[in-house]
Amino acid sequence: MGKAPKKRSLADKVRKTKTTSEIKNNPFEVKINRKKFDVLGRKSKHDVGLPGVSRSKAVNKRKETLLKEYKQKNRCSKFIDRRFGEYDTKMAPEDKILQRFTMERQRVHEKKDVYNLNEEEELTHYGQSLAEMEKFNDVVNSDDESEEKGLLSAELTASHFGGGGGLLRKKALGEEEEGGQRAKSRQELIEELIQKSKQEKRERQVQREEAQELTEKLDQDWKNIQSLMVKKTPKADKQEEKPKLEEYDMMVRELGFEMKAQPSEKMKTPEELAKEEREKLQKLEADRLRRMMGEEVVEGAQSQIHFSADDLNDGFVLDKHDKKTLAYQDGKWNMGEEEEEEEEDEAEDEEGEGESSEEQESDAEEDKVEEEEEEEEEEEEEEGSGEDDGHSDLESEQESENEEEEEASPKPKKTLSKEEVKAQQEAAKAELPYTFAAPESYNDLKDMLRGHTSDNQRLIVARTQKSNHPSLAVGNKLKLQKLFGFLLEYIGELATRSPPELSTIDKLIPEVYALCQMFPDAACKAMQSILGDAAHSMEETLEVKGHAAFPTLDMLIYLKVTALLFPTSDFRHPVTTPALLFISQALTKCPVRSLQDLTSGLVLCSLGVEYVSFSKRFLPELINFLVGTLHLAVQDKASLGYIVVPPFRASGKYSDLLVLSSSESCRSWSKKSLPLSATQQLDLENNPDRDTHRLTCLSTCLDLVKRCCLLYKDLPSFTHIFQPIRTLLSKHLSTQTLPLQELSSEIVEAISSMPVTQSALVFDKRKPIPLKLLTPKIVEVLDYGKKRGSTREEREKERLKHKYKREFKGALREIRKDSRFLAREKLNEVMNRCGYNSS
Amino acid sequence: MAPAKKRNVSSVKTAEKSAKKAKVDLSKTVERILESRKHANDVFDILESLQAEQEKEVISAVAACSELFCALLERKELFLGKLPGEEDALSGGYSAEDKYRIFMRHRYTSCVEILLEHLSHEQYDIKESAMCCLMKFAAGEGLHPLEDLDWSEHYSFPRELIQALVDNLLSKATDNSLLISRFQEFLEMEDVRYYVMSSIRDNVGKVMDKSKGAVVPVYQNNVFTLMSSISMPNQESELTNFMVKQEGFLNAIRSSATQEHKRVFERMWLGFLKYKLPNSMYKKVLVILHDSILPYMSKPTLMIDFLTAAYEIGGAISLLALNGLFVLIHQHNLDYPDFYKKLYNLLEPSVFHVKYRARFFHLANVFLSSSHLPVYLVAAFAKRLARLALTAPPTALLIVLPFIYNLIRRHPSCRVLIHKPSAEDEPFEDPYLTDEEDPAQCRALESSLWEIKSLQKHYHPDVAKAALLINTPLSEQEDDISETLEVTTYELMEKDLKQPEIKSVPLEFETATRLLKGGGDVLGQHFCLA
Repeated sequence: MGKAPKKRSLADKVRKTKTTSEIKNNPFEVKINRKKFDVLGRKSKHDVGLPGVSRSKAVNKRKETLLKEYKQKNRCSKFIDRRFGEYDTKMAPEDKILQRFTMERQRVHEKKDVYNLNEEEELTHYGQSLAEMEKFNDVVNSDDESEEKGLLSAELTASHFGGGGGLLRKKALGEEEEGGQRAKSRQELIEELIQKSKQEKRERQVQREEAQELTEKLDQDWKNIQSLMVKKTPKADKQEEKPKLEEYDMMVRELGFEMKAQPSEKMKTPEELAKEEREKLQKLEADRLRRMMGEEVVEGAQSQIHFSADDLNDGFVLDKHDKKTLAYQDGKWNMGEEEEEEEEDEAEDEEGEGESSEEQESDAEEDKVEEEEEEEEEEEEEEGSGEDDGHSDLESEQESENEEEEEASPKPKKTLSKEEVKAQQEAAKAELPYTFAAPESYNDLKDMLRGHTSDNQRLIVARTQKSNHPSLAVGNKLKLQKLFGFLLEYIGELATRSPPELSTIDKLIPEVYALCQMFPDAACKAMQSILGDAAHSMEETLEVKGHAAFPTLDMLIYLKVTALLFPTSDFRHPVTTPALLFISQALTKCPVRSLQDLTSGLVLCSLGVEYVSFSKRFLPELINFLVGTLHLAVQDKASLGYIVVPPFRASGKYSDLLVLSSSESCRSWSKKSLPLSATQQLDLENNPDRDTHRLTCLSTCLDLVKRCCLLYKDLPSFTHIFQPIRTLLSKHLSTQTLPLQELSSEIVEAISSMPVTQSALVFDKRKPIPLKLLTPKIVEVLDYGKKRGSTREEREKERLKHKYKREFKGALREIRKDSRFLAREKLNEVMNRCGYNSS
Repeated sequence: MAPAKKRNVSSVKTAEKSAKKAKVDLSKTVERILESRKHANDVFDILESLQAEQEKEVISAVAACSELFCALLERKELFLGKLPGEEDALSGGYSAEDKYRIFMRHRYTSCVEILLEHLSHEQYDIKESAMCCLMKFAAGEGLHPLEDLDWSEHYSFPRELIQALVDNLLSKATDNSLLISRFQEFLEMEDVRYYVMSSIRDNVGKVMDKSKGAVVPVYQNNVFTLMSSISMPNQESELTNFMVKQEGFLNAIRSSATQEHKRVFERMWLGFLKYKLPNSMYKKVLVILHDSILPYMSKPTLMIDFLTAAYEIGGAISLLALNGLFVLIHQHNLDYPDFYKKLYNLLEPSVFHVKYRARFFHLANVFLSSSHLPVYLVAAFAKRLARLALTAPPTALLIVLPFIYNLIRRHPSCRVLIHKPSAEDEPFEDPYLTDEEDPAQCRALESSLWEIKSLQKHYHPDVAKAALLINTPLSEQEDDISETLEVTTYELMEKDLKQPEIKSVPLEFETATRLLKGGGDVLGQHFCLA
């Protein structure tokens, strides 16, 4: 071989024979990279270099790669090893073998054993069946002995490798399993994990719910029993089922709470109560104002929280706000004639040993029970109005007295009142039961209310509501929500009857309001669907005919109910905004063709005024309609000086609806409120009657105009908005209708007293954009050594550029070294060929 | 031959038998007649049942007629040329063959007469079948003309028949719109359409001259229905659908078929529109004018008289006339003096309430999109619209507010309307003159849009938000009003009604106790429950 290679091999040999420590200790091998500064705590990797070692490494590497490539140059045939993973350096050799093995197995398996169900895989060794080998072995064994030695060695190797092979296979199996799991991949694993945790969570939830249900059931049972127990404390031993200890515990806790609750009840004086109430109202008012301005709601504006006199102010709140209204209702109808019945009921209960289980549930009972009930029930009580509580307190006191008395001398009292009470009770029973199942359908509700007086209807609804309070059973919430829908429907039906039973509606209003407060969402949905349907049908008739009839009385009532249930002053409200749109639509698209229509229109106008009375929002349709109504009263339609807006026309068939037939009728007329039913049917036979109605309409209209004047006095275009009204009143209507003269002149005065001048419009003042400052920006540098004054992107770019430069230099160096190496090799070759090195 | 006897027998039969039987009977009769001339007199049976009372019988008779006479036309068994009178034919020296033909021709004529009468029958089914039958005859006559000429060079079309049909179709007493819409099918054919158009023109001329300028609503309605159901071909290449399959049509109308069509079409419309129309008819015509009349006229500018007259009427009709005028101004170089002044005077409170609001604002937007309009004009429009907005419903406000903003954006010198810092401090009265008809004199530029400021208190949140935009400088980008043009109140409502997730619904906190309480007791003060 050549000289240079010899040398190199010598160097290699030296390098190989010597250990690293030896090399490192050799001062001739070591190059020390001197540092300019010593930096404390900095570790440097490159303080010592071994140039010889690294050079020989580099040369070796080149020999492996570059030289081989060079030798292969211009040669076409190549040996390519196509075995799996042969050139994959990343794969561990064991993996490689494993993969090859599995591929082999798969190939065989696919071909032959697709339908081979019962046979396990055949065990092989070196590709030969072990079973066959066994057989073969026998044969071999029986062979001549000359080959024994070779056989032996073969067997040896076989056993040697067989062990290895066995191991391998075992491992392969193990790994296959593992691989099977690994095939699931990380993501799947995580998903599995998530699923598992979700399932666990669900289970836990179900468990908790069950537990809660059980607790509720227990509570209810307890409630039933407790009422008995309280009255029969002496006969407590009669209590069955419950283990003694729990009962005892409960009693103890109960006592404890009673002790605590007592002082708190006394804490609040009436003044304090009033103050709290005022504060609450103030807060609600502020909330209303905020919504009116259309400001964004900060947090889901909670339905009002009702603080009762019993509120301990200890921050203990159960998040079931929907209950408080029940208590409020309690307060309402616990008073009055009802009470007597209840008290009697109680008395009867005390004596008659809980005659009917139905009555146990009656609200009066509940109230009483609540008093003595434990914590959980307390929140119900908490929400009861002060009045109610005072009352029930009294009751309970009386009751305890009664009990004492009863113990002392139970007989005489009983005999005294028994018959009387019984009689009254029966009478009461004949009147109304105390519990009602919640109606499943609208017809159920109708059946339930049929034939009762309006007061009783209200009672029935209230009792239904109470006996199906959401806290009593799981499905009750849904039932009551449905009840709200049915009630609305019922109200609509009442209004459409002829004559409309408006007083019943009037009675039902508090119940509707209470239900609405309980379930705002359901109420909102129900109202929305009513409004949507009405608007939709109106839109359809409009598309066909171009105009529509005025909404019927039920719709007017619905609109009024909407205003009672929902705030009309909000900037945007899911119910009241569409309701207002509906009013405006009706006022613009429904032509006035009769006095009924006009009455409907005026009801709508009044509703419109009510809707905007707080927010003072501008409702152009309202003014248009009022102008139109006044126009109807103008006798001489020539030279108007104002423009009437559709649905009214300047002249035509129906444009004289309000012109009085004789001026005499003004004399006898006096203001009377119109019945709402006048929007549906109006039978005015003679002219004087009609004139009276006309005058009433006119006065209503004028009053509405007056209210509008007050509402809109702050609008910049006030004078232009009211200009037609002013012209009408001062020019066309000034001579007639004596009784209304005063009102109209008032209005004219109000309009003309408004200032007609305004200042010109300007944009809102904006905060001026600050001038650019020219003083240098001084930045305190805290971290030296880092690139500053540039953004992250710039820094990143800089870093990349630097890296690139370094890599480029390195690559250049490598290329140079490569070419040098190659040149040397070529030279060697030439010299070999020429025989220089042969010597 | 014993025609009388037979006739009697068969008439008795038809009276007795059910309609179905009669139908079978009639078709048998037709077969018999066509089979041999012996039974020629049976044709009277058919004609008799054609005038029967029962609807079914008449219809089957019509079918029989159409079968019979079409067959006869095809066989050329109807007399050609000038028809001699029936008595003449008997006495005159005609051959038996000719006599038979003359006889049949007479029956044919009377059949056509009866059918034309049926066109004004009260039963729609009869009308329809009579019309279809007549059109079949027309087709038959077209193929086998009844005139005794050399047809190789001439083009024949049964004009008289079509004219008679059209005359009957355009009844003065009854509304024939249903029948006319059925007739539309035949108008697909080029030659029919052509001759129908000229017949309409003749008919309109005759009838309207007779009525001496007074409106004849039913008749004019019929004419309009018929005319508006004519759909003109768009290109020459489409002229392929003929009833009478002859090349002669194209020769007959000499020059380019489309041109000729257009001319007839134009003459027909002008002939109709030159008479006084009822107001509703004006609207109907104006609605379809710009896309189904003007494009098919050879000289659209001839419409100018009609359009100006309509524009002068005022109200909704003027709004609609705008569309036609726009086409003329835009595509045909029409110069219309004081156009903008008139447009300005069209702006009344009612524009927000009429059905054609969307169309009007679309056009007004186009008219006012020019950047070469004088400032005073744009300001006048803006101020006028703002003033009118005080009486507008919310849907209109959602159009008109962006509209005004767009005007101000296009003409930055109009910005003084919403931003006048020079006169900020001293309040003054609105100098704008509402009643001034000339936009140049109305002093709109000296005013401010206080109306929009008032609308900031509008009850609908969207409107109030839109009005709030004038508090800050307007953005550069113009609002696209085309989306809001067609919005209905219900759609506006749905925005609130269909809100997907409401966090929590605010409730009224004042407890409701009575129906009429609450909200300032306005309702309670004026109305009572019973």
